[in-house]
Formats: sequence, C-alpha cells, structure tokens
Amino acid sequence: MTRDGVSLHDRAAVVGVGETSYLRGSKDSALALQLQASLTAIRDAGLEPGDIDGVVPVGITGAPAEEYIANFGLVDLRFSAVVPHGGASGIGALQAAAAAVNAGIAKHVLVPSGRNVSSGDKAGVRIHQMPQFRLVTEFEKPAGAIAPAQLYAPMARRHMELYGTTSRQFAEIAVSTREHAGMHGNAVMTKPITIDDHQSSRLIADPFRLLDCSLESDGGAAFVVSSPERARDLAQPPVHLAGIAMGHPDSPSSITQRPDLTKVGIAKAAPIAWGMAGLGPDDVDVAEIYDCFTYVVLCQLEDMGFCAKGEGGAFVEGGRLRLGGALPTNTHGGLLSQGHMLGMNHIVEAVRQLRGTAGRAQVDGAQVAIATGYGDMGDGGLAVLTRGSR
Amino acid sequence: MTDDLSTGYWDGARRGVLVLQRCTACGHVRHYPTLLCPACHSDTVEPLEASGRGTVHSWTVAHHAFDPAFAGELPYTLVTIDVEEGPRVLARLEPDPADLRIDQPVTIGFAPGAGGTPVPLARPA
Repeated sequence: MTRDGVSLHDRAAVVGVGETSYLRGSKDSALALQLQASLTAIRDAGLEPGDIDGVVPVGITGAPAEEYIANFGLVDLRFSAVVPHGGASGIGALQAAAAAVNAGIAKHVLVPSGRNVSSGDKAGVRIHQMPQFRLVTEFEKPAGAIAPAQLYAPMARRHMELYGTTSRQFAEIAVSTREHAGMHGNAVMTKPITIDDHQSSRLIADPFRLLDCSLESDGGAAFVVSSPERARDLAQPPVHLAGIAMGHPDSPSSITQRPDLTKVGIAKAAPIAWGMAGLGPDDVDVAEIYDCFTYVVLCQLEDMGFCAKGEGGAFVEGGRLRLGGALPTNTHGGLLSQGHMLGMNHIVEAVRQLRGTAGRAQVDGAQVAIATGYGDMGDGGLAVLTRGSR
Repeated sequence: MTDDLSTGYWDGARRGVLVLQRCTACGHVRHYPTLLCPACHSDTVEPLEASGRGTVHSWTVAHHAFDPAFAGELPYTLVTIDVEEGPRVLARLEPDPADLRIDQPVTIGFAPGAGGTPVPLARPA
C-alpha cells in the first residue's frame, strides 16, 4: 500500500503511558483518577508535569484542560481540544495530539481519562445526558430503547440473520478476552469462562447475553504524545504512530436510520489509516479492538478488512484471537474483562506490547499493533502503532 | 428556519399516525427530523403522513430493564422497521411472534407507552 501525501506517518510517538487499578467501588473521584494516571504516564516518559504543554481530555469523562493547569501548575499550555466521540475519543485524542505535535504547536501532549461510575449514574442514564444521544432520547427511549445494549443489539441481530453469525461465535470473543485479563493482573474480571458459561449467562438484550457486555468500572488511563525526535531522548523505547484516522458511520446519531446496520465508522477510517501506515491487516502482530460488546469486535474486524463482511463469525472461531493464535486480540482483557476505560486501556496495552513489557500476555516480538475506538452510535477510529528505533 | 422540528411527529403520534418530513424542494422523505434536507439542503419542509405499512429490518428482545419504569413490561420486543416511504422507525412489536424474520410485513400505529408518551406499535400484517 502507498502512503497518502500529507500524513501523520511517523510524525508522532507515544512516549509515556499510565493506568490506575481497574476496580468497582473506587473511593477516588474521576478527576483524582485522571490525575493519578496522568502523573504515572508523565513520569513513565521521563518527563515532569511542567513539561506538558498540551492537554486533550478524553470524552465525557475528561476534566477541562484548566484542571490540569491548576493541579500541575502549568504556566504555558499551548494546545487543548475536545473530542466528544465516546469510546472513539481516545483514538481521536491521539490524532489531535499527533497533529499538534507535528505542527509544532506543542511539544508534549497529555491525553488523560478517568471515570468513577460506581458512585454515579449507570450507562442507561448517562447516555441520555449527552447531546450525541438526543435523537435516541426523544424518539426511542419512550419505546424502551434505553441503554447501549438495546441500541446496538439490532446491529448484531441483522448480522446474524444475513450471515448466519451465531451467539457461540460471540462467545469466542468473550472467552479469549477473559483469559487474557487473567494473565494481565490489573483487571476487574479474571475468573476463566467457557463458551458454555457464556451460553448460560442471562439474556440482556437479545442476542446479547450478560457475557457479551462490557463492565461498568472505575479507573484512570493516560498517555503522552511527543515528536519522534524528542521521543529518542526520553525514558522509554519509542512507539511510533504509523497511521491514524477517524470515521463516522452514515446516520451517526441514529442506528435505526443507518442504511447498512452492519457497518460502523471504522469502515471509513481503516483504509485511510492502513494507507498512511503503509501496512495492512496481515502485518498486525497484536490487536486491541474496542469491545463494548463482543459483536462490536467482530464487526470492526470485518470493517478493517481482516476478513470480508459476513465472515467475522468464522474468523473469530478456533482461538484465532487468543495469545498464540494468528491475531492475539485484547491481550489486556479489554472492556469486557479488564475494565471499561473508554478504549484508553487499549492504547496503553498496544504501547506496552510494542515495548515488550506486557508481562504474561506479551506477544513475542510484536512490531505492529493496532488500537481501535468505537463511540456512541458507531464513531470509529483506528491507530496503527509500530515499534520505533532509537 | 424553525427549531420545533418534532412538532409534526408528536402531533401525528397523538393521533396514532406516523408523520415524517418531506422536503418541498426535492421531495426527499426523512426521519428523524432535521433542520436541513440532507439531499438538497433546503430548509422548507412539509409533514408527510406515512401509510403505516413497513417491513422488519432487525429487532431485539429486551430482557433487562435499564429503567425501572420498564421492569413490568419485560420481556418486550423492539423492532426496526423499513417504512414504505423510505425512512425507518423503531417500534414496539405486539404480539411477540415466535419467529420474527427480516422483511416480514408489519403495520405501524401508536399506543401509550410508559409515562403516557405515544410509542410506535407494530403488528404483523
């Protein structure tokens, strides 16, 4: 594949990552979790808070940039932006940070996130406070379409009816993801599960069973983006951004009105990100794919070109997504088992894999990793990351 | 340009009729309501009463109440319907058929939902 003319290819690096513990019932506020993860990421890079001159807080959970000025005593914040794309916000923030670094607007951009949902409203209440869900709130909530599980289930059902995709194939994703969470250690759900466990878990919104659904959990995650030139002088092996793009599905605010229910925004982003990277699905050593629901992983695999539309069910069978399989996926346990950190944990894990510091879940010699985002009603993002050289 | 985008829909819903938007410039029929026609960008629009005929595009059966107001109604079926005029509507389906299938014909009306708001209600045709 050829690279697009003007691009962010190798123009930015992820130089620091940080996470808190993922848990339920955290006593820390969302802002406290964001600051803890941010300090870890900044020090991981070998930087001090005062080195940060850009902040892109992630999504609905992010405190405004001003909170970071206040808490870190920043005197010269030169770049900030808002990326309101739900679970695609982490990739969107990485794109914004990379663009700012590449343009010379900022030297070191912090992307923080953190949430405490144990003490607040659940997803079925939260989403109706968001402008992105305005149409759902007005036209669909009165009928009883309230939570993401109910809004997304018709996408999965349509896929099953058109292509013969099965709930047992969704289960393959839940099982391998849980296995990886157990190997990672910092995860909410670590007890191994089987396909039969999945099949006997209760129905939430048919075809989604309990074990198709991601967790409601607390925690913080953050990363720091700098130029590749500056990255060489920092503390960690550099991880380069090879390609990145965001994409929005048709009818982005209503799944009901979407022409093709089986496609999401990453279908538009992926060709651009692959082209920018000069890489494709066959080059990927490890994949961290946004997994708010099992089906959403399967759908993105198709939309990114790992297999054709309709073949995702067969693609995920036979342990392909397990460590040791052809495409180790969500090696941290994802949103399904590690914790729902809006996909920021996917970016952190991709960086650790490329540094070779992913512990028991390390993919030997990983050189190319992807992280994806999926937000709100299907906004999508794909980042292709590569192991840089000193 | 008016921001009262939904008035036509809700007036129709209270009468039991699905009302969509039709662009008076190019004839494009749309739902949910928008200020501008996505096809020609005109802001002139008229209400269009739908025939009430449609076919099943997809569905889900809710088994968990994410809002206590719906706990007493479980399980219930939400069906995504291709409306004859072009757009789609998300409706409750009654009675719950044993074997729902894509392209199955349905008729669309309205019935009071939880809290009294009129909710699209589909029945197998």
